[in-house]
Amino acid sequence: MVTSGPPLSTKAKIPGGAALGLLPFGAYVAIFLAIPTLLAVGTGFTTKSGGFTLDSVKALGDPVVVGTFWNSAWLSALTAVLGVTFGAIICYALIGMRPDGTFRNAINAISGVLAQFAGVPLAFAYIAALGLNGMVTLFLKDTWGINIYSGGTWLYQMPGLVLPYMAFQIPLMVIVFLPALEALRPQWAEANATLGGTRFTYWTRVGLPVLVPSLIGSLLLLFANAFSAYATAAALISQGSQIVPLQIRAALSSETVLGHENLAGALALGMILTMVVVMSLYSLADRRSTRWRR
Amino acid sequence: MIRNRMIVGAIAVASLGLAGCASASASTGSTSAKAASLSDFGTMADLEKAANAEGTLNVIALPRDWANYGAILDAFAAKYPKIKINEASPDGSSADEIKAAKDLKGQNTAPDVFDIGLTVALANTDQFAPYKVAGWGDIDASLKDPKGAYTGDYGGYMAIGYDPKAVPAITSLNDLLKPEYKSAVAINGDPTQAGAAFAAVGLATVQNGGKLDDYQAGVDFFSKLNKAGNFLKVDVTPALIASGEVPVDFDWDYLQAANKKAMKGQRDWNIVILPGTGYAAYYNQAINVDAPHPAAARLWEEFLYTDGAQNMWLEGGARPVRATAMTKAGTLNKALWDALPAVPATTVVPTSEQSKTAGVLLGNKWASAVN
Repeated sequence: MVTSGPPLSTKAKIPGGAALGLLPFGAYVAIFLAIPTLLAVGTGFTTKSGGFTLDSVKALGDPVVVGTFWNSAWLSALTAVLGVTFGAIICYALIGMRPDGTFRNAINAISGVLAQFAGVPLAFAYIAALGLNGMVTLFLKDTWGINIYSGGTWLYQMPGLVLPYMAFQIPLMVIVFLPALEALRPQWAEANATLGGTRFTYWTRVGLPVLVPSLIGSLLLLFANAFSAYATAAALISQGSQIVPLQIRAALSSETVLGHENLAGALALGMILTMVVVMSLYSLADRRSTRWRR
Repeated sequence: MIRNRMIVGAIAVASLGLAGCASASASTGSTSAKAASLSDFGTMADLEKAANAEGTLNVIALPRDWANYGAILDAFAAKYPKIKINEASPDGSSADEIKAAKDLKGQNTAPDVFDIGLTVALANTDQFAPYKVAGWGDIDASLKDPKGAYTGDYGGYMAIGYDPKAVPAITSLNDLLKPEYKSAVAINGDPTQAGAAFAAVGLATVQNGGKLDDYQAGVDFFSKLNKAGNFLKVDVTPALIASGEVPVDFDWDYLQAANKKAMKGQRDWNIVILPGTGYAAYYNQAINVDAPHPAAARLWEEFLYTDGAQNMWLEGGARPVRATAMTKAGTLNKALWDALPAVPATTVVPTSEQSKTAGVLLGNKWASAVN
């Protein structure tokens, strides 16, 4: 409740200087996000010579394209669920430690770095460790006679993406979920105990209901994160363009199958729509979860 | 050419096109831009003068480790010190080159010259300024556009490279289906995207008794290879070959040769061109019709077809297009030519029609055949 200070109005005037300060950011977003997005979507509705067409958008119904969207969706969903699960467990363990302790700070900092460690370097890290001649692969084979590839070279196929994706999904979960757990106030647990509640009632009646929006929000964010990942998959799987970003590359830069540039726009439109839905849901969930963080 | 990776490059180029507003200088302009051969400039000295006045040459998608391009670029820079060479997105594909030319049209950062595969060349002849270099007459009619829009320059055979310590020697295509090659056989890229991989499927087609009219036999071969558990789908890089992760790889013989040289002392690499029918292709040179430095672009073309530059392709393990004429004139580096892998009895090169049909077939069938 605001009890003093100037009256608040929904039409509060933003001082001119402040609006001016937003200009560089606005211009940056326009040039590097808004205009490219519009251009990408625009090409989905035009022919090569510039006329209007719905052909590319119709091609989104093609079984191959539907299959790629399905691949992208399950890969993102699976790694999001696994990331949320393991990330939440790590957060729960961390919350029991001193908030200013070295270990917790270290995990926090490492997560911040690892969440951004993706793409070609990540793919090469996995090839070096788990490739056919990777350190771990050879160690398992030489020490215990375990051949992790007896059933096929899964690292270079769709299932092989799950492990590398976890390497950036779990740290991201730690970063976004730890603040939500920190917002659970000790007073609530005390109040629960004072009123005769058990640990179980605390989590079912207080803890989880407060955390559910954060959990859903994190799940959606992790889904979006995996859905848009590109370079890791490009380095690991060279054949078949199994996920949507790889299909877009194929349509844009193929030197053997020409004339699909506009399909790339339609695919981008499909991705943008998916992202719009996911991110809208995320912002709804986030709005509810921040209520408890004030 | 495709050395794949980073769609980001193309996007960055596209956004530069939005951000920058610089317009190309139209100084030496119209005469140079219309010149269709050296005689339109007068003499070589006149062309050099015009190119020096422009002072810049924009090249695109020329990896320095590809067919000796690094040395060729350096030789040009040494011969014409007044011309600054800008090398843009060295790992771009042929399609990226055309896209960059369209996105950057009218700006002085647009590419002046292209180095492109035949499929992309045939589809974009209106993007090229016709120009016939001095040695144009030496070039076989099947390897150039009749008006000079694009001209074949260097090429090679689809070959199989392998690490003799990791796998047994390869004498026929069907050897690769044996259990000794488990998880070992890779091709350089996805055939629906990369010219080299497309050629690998073409080679598998003709080696299996198929015709280039129908690549189905090649698709079937890789499908069998995949079912046998021998197909390795990682994106091949020289580093992965050097590390031993990729013991068998399909690629152009000149790229195999460059790799072999780079790995000397670390890893043995044998290169075989299978007997029977071989699959060959040439890369083409072309000038951007909107080239911001039209005279420098033409000087670069003249340079690439000189005896010196043609022998430099040979140093890179590629077969220069003027080899026959140079053999007659005695200017070809015989030692290097004789060191190239032996040529198979029959050589096939797909026509544009065959390429198109194969492209459609691969687009429909490749992904499911190898999954």
